Amino acid sequence: MVRTFTCIMCPRGCSVTAEVSGTEVSSVEGNFCPKGREYVIQELTNPMRNIASSVLVEGGELPLASVRLNRPIPKDRIFDVMAEIRKIRLTAPVSIGQTALENVLGLGSDVIVTKNVREKH
Amino acid sequence: MREIDAVIIGGGPAGLSAAVRLWEKGVRNLLILEREHELGGILRQCIHDGFGLTRFGETLSGPEYAQRFIDLVEEYQIPYVTDATVIDITEDKKVTAACRDGLLEIQAKAVILTMGCRERTRGAIRIPGDRPAGVYTAGVAQAYINLQNRMVGREVVILGSGDIGMIMARRLTLEGAHVIGVFEVQPYASGLPRNILQCLDDYGIPLHLSHTVTEIRGRERLESVVISQVDERMNPIPGTEKEYPCDTLILSVGLIPENELSLSAGVQLDSRSKGAVVDEHHQTTVPGIFAAGNVLQVHDLVDFVSAEAEELADSAAAYLRDGELAECRLAVVTDGNVTHTIPQKISGTSDFKLSLRVRRPIKNCRIRLVQGGETVCERKMAKAIPAEMIQIPVKAARLKKGEDLEVKVEW
Repeated sequence: MVRTFTCIMCPRGCSVTAEVSGTEVSSVEGNFCPKGREYVIQELTNPMRNIASSVLVEGGELPLASVRLNRPIPKDRIFDVMAEIRKIRLTAPVSIGQTALENVLGLGSDVIVTKNVREKH
Repeated sequence: MREIDAVIIGGGPAGLSAAVRLWEKGVRNLLILEREHELGGILRQCIHDGFGLTRFGETLSGPEYAQRFIDLVEEYQIPYVTDATVIDITEDKKVTAACRDGLLEIQAKAVILTMGCRERTRGAIRIPGDRPAGVYTAGVAQAYINLQNRMVGREVVILGSGDIGMIMARRLTLEGAHVIGVFEVQPYASGLPRNILQCLDDYGIPLHLSHTVTEIRGRERLESVVISQVDERMNPIPGTEKEYPCDTLILSVGLIPENELSLSAGVQLDSRSKGAVVDEHHQTTVPGIFAAGNVLQVHDLVDFVSAEAEELADSAAAYLRDGELAECRLAVVTDGNVTHTIPQKISGTSDFKLSLRVRRPIKNCRIRLVQGGETVCERKMAKAIPAEMIQIPVKAARLKKGEDLEVKVEW
């Protein structure tokens, strides 16, 4: 069966046409780089996504610090991970790269802070 | 009055990149003026990832991308003032700003315009109906949710398929809202294909092309919107109206470069790009005033904003050193398939990068740059879409000195 995918590995967003049967890929076309093929295989077997959100910060100059995952997670676990992120409370100061939650739900991905928030004086 | 070599108006990605590069080029007497309380510009609220892939080879969130440049500004101790609103720039490069400490008056040798852009609003697209609460532009909703911890609504309709609108569709869904759909007046999406997939398809949010909002209903708070299908001339088709109950309407209907200050400085604007007319040095029609980033042309990717601002800084440093730059007498002329180009004027004696967008999606085309009937440069494209800016490097060795440069899209 011929299926078309929009590769999301980079902003180029190649439209990749693949000949697939089940999770087997026999040919891919339209991808600018090798990531396109990897992406198609990943999409067929276990689609992975990254998500970003924000968490509450106590005592900070800003009420929120933004966070993201340092590795993608299975697409069907996005809302489970969001529920965990929603429970996080941090105390200022927080800085970029700081781990807000390690190995979220055992998925091998950490929730990391992506914004510096100073203490409120 | 303070005398400063280079004053940078706006501390977003373009202003930060320009400041850092100017410093690295040896320009030490410079100042960044920023209207907000913090540096970083719109990136502060763009918490999704995907920034920096070209620049840093990794995918970062907006605040992380901005911080890399802010860290350099701090390391070099480049002076900046926040909470400073520039209220006037004159043609002879006097800059006036309102700050916490009062009025700041500066005589600059060079002015760097990096004010970014603004969102088009309900007024700009003239949606008829009531005027209830609950109608936001996508960027305003993004600021409420990502900066201020305020949820904007529960039942959401999004008008316009710009990237920020699609990113907000995902963000609202993750925060527990129900996004009824994204409606786009044009027959194609205006944002990037990857955002259609990862922001809409992933969450089962439908994208309806050739549809628009034709009425807003509600007294205090938005109660519903009426959506109509449009014909090929984008006029609503009578009889296709459908009412969608909702409490929130998000508008993602385009960005306009913010050029009020450029106008006060006597800078000539291009009605197509809505930004300044610039030459290959990113210099405007006023010598010593330069522009880059979204104030010049609306970009898709911040990586390209940084690159453009750095090219600007190289030219501005040369201007400060030599007092002038090579004259650019040749016009860049386009056919009807191109919305605009940057630059609009070239010298014919230097390498430069041409940026352009096509007016509508075109498959299997070639973009040909022509001087006096001869091809200077050609780019074949399997798919050219308005959502993606096209950049073509042009070598001076291929250029003629006496002929305008024509940009043609052929298929």
